[in-house]
Amino acid sequence: MTTREPHVPMFSSPDDVRDRLAATGYLADDAIATTVFLADVLGKPLLVEGPAGTGKTELAKAVTEAADATLVRLQCYEGLDEARALYEWNYRKQLLRIQAAGDGQKWEETHDDIFSEEFLLARPLLTAIRRDDPTVLLVDETDKADVEVEGLLLEVLSDFQVTVPELGTITATNRPFVVLTSNATRELSEALKRRCLFLHMDYPDAEREKAIVLRRVPEVPEALAEQLVRTIRTLRALELKKSPSIAESIDWARTLVALGIETLDEAAVGQTLGVVLKHASDQARAVKELGLN
Amino acid sequence: MAADGLIDRHVAFVGALRGAGLPVSLAESLDATQAMAAIDLMDRRQLRAAYAASVVKRAPHRATFDRLFDLWWPPAVGDGSESEGDAADIDDMTEVEPADLDAMRNALRDQLREVLLSGDDEALRRLARQSVTGLGRTDSPPGRQSWFTYRVLRALSPETLLADLLKAILDGDERGGLAEKVARQMLAERIKKFEEYVEAEVRRRLAEDRGVEAIAKTSVKPLIEQVDFLRASRDEIAELRRRVYPLARRLATRLTAKRRLGRSGRLDVRRTVRASLSSGGVPLTTIHKPHKPHKPELVVLCDVSGSVAAFAHFTVLLAYALREQFAKVRVFAFVDTCDEVTRFFERGGDVGDALARMAQEANVVWFDGHSDYGHSFEVFAQKWPDAVTPKTSLLILGDARTNYRALSLPSLRSVVRHARRAYWLNPEPRQYWGSGDSASSSYGDVIPMIECRNAAQLEEFVEQLLPV
Repeated sequence: MTTREPHVPMFSSPDDVRDRLAATGYLADDAIATTVFLADVLGKPLLVEGPAGTGKTELAKAVTEAADATLVRLQCYEGLDEARALYEWNYRKQLLRIQAAGDGQKWEETHDDIFSEEFLLARPLLTAIRRDDPTVLLVDETDKADVEVEGLLLEVLSDFQVTVPELGTITATNRPFVVLTSNATRELSEALKRRCLFLHMDYPDAEREKAIVLRRVPEVPEALAEQLVRTIRTLRALELKKSPSIAESIDWARTLVALGIETLDEAAVGQTLGVVLKHASDQARAVKELGLN
Repeated sequence: MAADGLIDRHVAFVGALRGAGLPVSLAESLDATQAMAAIDLMDRRQLRAAYAASVVKRAPHRATFDRLFDLWWPPAVGDGSESEGDAADIDDMTEVEPADLDAMRNALRDQLREVLLSGDDEALRRLARQSVTGLGRTDSPPGRQSWFTYRVLRALSPETLLADLLKAILDGDERGGLAEKVARQMLAERIKKFEEYVEAEVRRRLAEDRGVEAIAKTSVKPLIEQVDFLRASRDEIAELRRRVYPLARRLATRLTAKRRLGRSGRLDVRRTVRASLSSGGVPLTTIHKPHKPHKPELVVLCDVSGSVAAFAHFTVLLAYALREQFAKVRVFAFVDTCDEVTRFFERGGDVGDALARMAQEANVVWFDGHSDYGHSFEVFAQKWPDAVTPKTSLLILGDARTNYRALSLPSLRSVVRHARRAYWLNPEPRQYWGSGDSASSSYGDVIPMIECRNAAQLEEFVEQLLPV
């Protein structure tokens, strides 16, 4: 195995991770704290998978803040290619440079000139590798990207180096902390998974969810937060098209505070159900099952 | 634990994971050892997280992993009194008098009531351990199973505490409202957790008696997508139904990917010229119009009699979740006669409702409520002769168990001839086809019959059915 670039761990223990994440407002459980710690110490990318709205992207942001690093984000989408993810030559500027050179200049000079730093457009992956300061690289919604992008990620994330034919190989001086997120709309390739540490983020247990709601919406009374979390859990137990996630719990708490609702009774739930359930059929089902009319 | 012992245990554990169907590579096994070196080994939660992060790369595998982890890295030894110190008040329980046993049962029940009310997870776990130590054991000859979950749960019967607990929580509030539903759900969750803790505890004690390997083999459940439709429990069916939408999304994503890889349409001159302006009129990239996929109509004809209802429901739900991929979806249900049930699945309708209404309102029983494929096919061909056209993909769902009634092969043959494509999905294992009253082989001559026993096989089939 090639010697890896020196990586200075950002955290000293899982408890350290938990405390520092908590200081930024992110409440991690044992699994999250330990896995983040391991990803940092072992220098491996962290693949976070789970339903939408459970705080996957938030985790990357919280780690960035806790480690006093800079976040570089690569948002994946269908059709994302190397030119958008890694680097691209600035065609227009090169064209201008050639036209501006006129007839006097030799081709060799122009050639060397237009393939230099100045004309290179660094995209997120290259940016993250070239940075000297602590960096968190967030590859968001990896499952939305095409399979070829996974190959590219594999190459970049295993050696943390990028070869630009005209410039040579660029190697990371300080390896970034890499977080990949996925909603599991498709299975990522085995090869990519093998190289990552895996963290499945599900809906939290009642106690942690309550703590999160209280943390994010401090104005909400504790008793109301407790009621809210229990009601959300009851909704999750129904067969719904889209179960409410933590993001919805927080939105709900904010709504209740804004409306000045103190207790969550039938009327209050019926009135604000649209914040939590986004499908008409899900709402109809909840109304029926919970006896809201 | 000595280093050698630790490595042996690690290797055995990884072996067991592989045995249970988790694809753990050598590299991942090594990652786990590296991770173990970095954490506090005495903290079991850290150890679990470290293992999970390095060797479990698919969420559905997690339940299997947790079971095996609890066996290989048990939270306690024996009755747990050495490591915990708080289970010691229950001594060796094999010798207790029946009266004492009763007293202990009541004491544990009182504790359980309190813990269920407070929701303290750690206390619940401890109580499960005490209960198993006190109540779960039988004196049986060596070599026989000596610990039983049902003994503990029958003695404590947590469900019977429910009414009492509800009263305590609602505290005079009126019954039947939202508050009760929410409290009920919360208590049900805690009781389920207690039952799981008891089960885990019993497995641990059994493993101490008979060896970890023996217990590991019997205690691992199949993955949910491998569960046979015909043998699925109610919980498993509910779990499967919950997976319909993620599954549909996954299939749709894969389909879009396949379509994009296919040939693209004609050159889009306007957009190509527009794009070339930014590179001085040189068309560096050409832009093509997207290729329009052909969308077939889907007609599903499903047997909804008791034996195969679960399979039919799941498949119909999946067809509906995928309806954007088809020009039109029509569903017909039959038991011994046939009726169209498409109306129950109209856009935005509720899934559970649709299935319930389909069972109650649709006119699917004509004679005695036993499957009659022959009559159903005849009715279908007579009443909806225009349902199947050359644009239609026809899907028949059923086990082809005809109760020795007429087959009406000609009717089916003419329907199949009209369809663009036609398949029969049979949830029975292939080796039973043609045995007893199964008409699989006769029908199989008319229409391609495909074995579809579990969600994995269904997914595979649907993927190749979807139009590229």
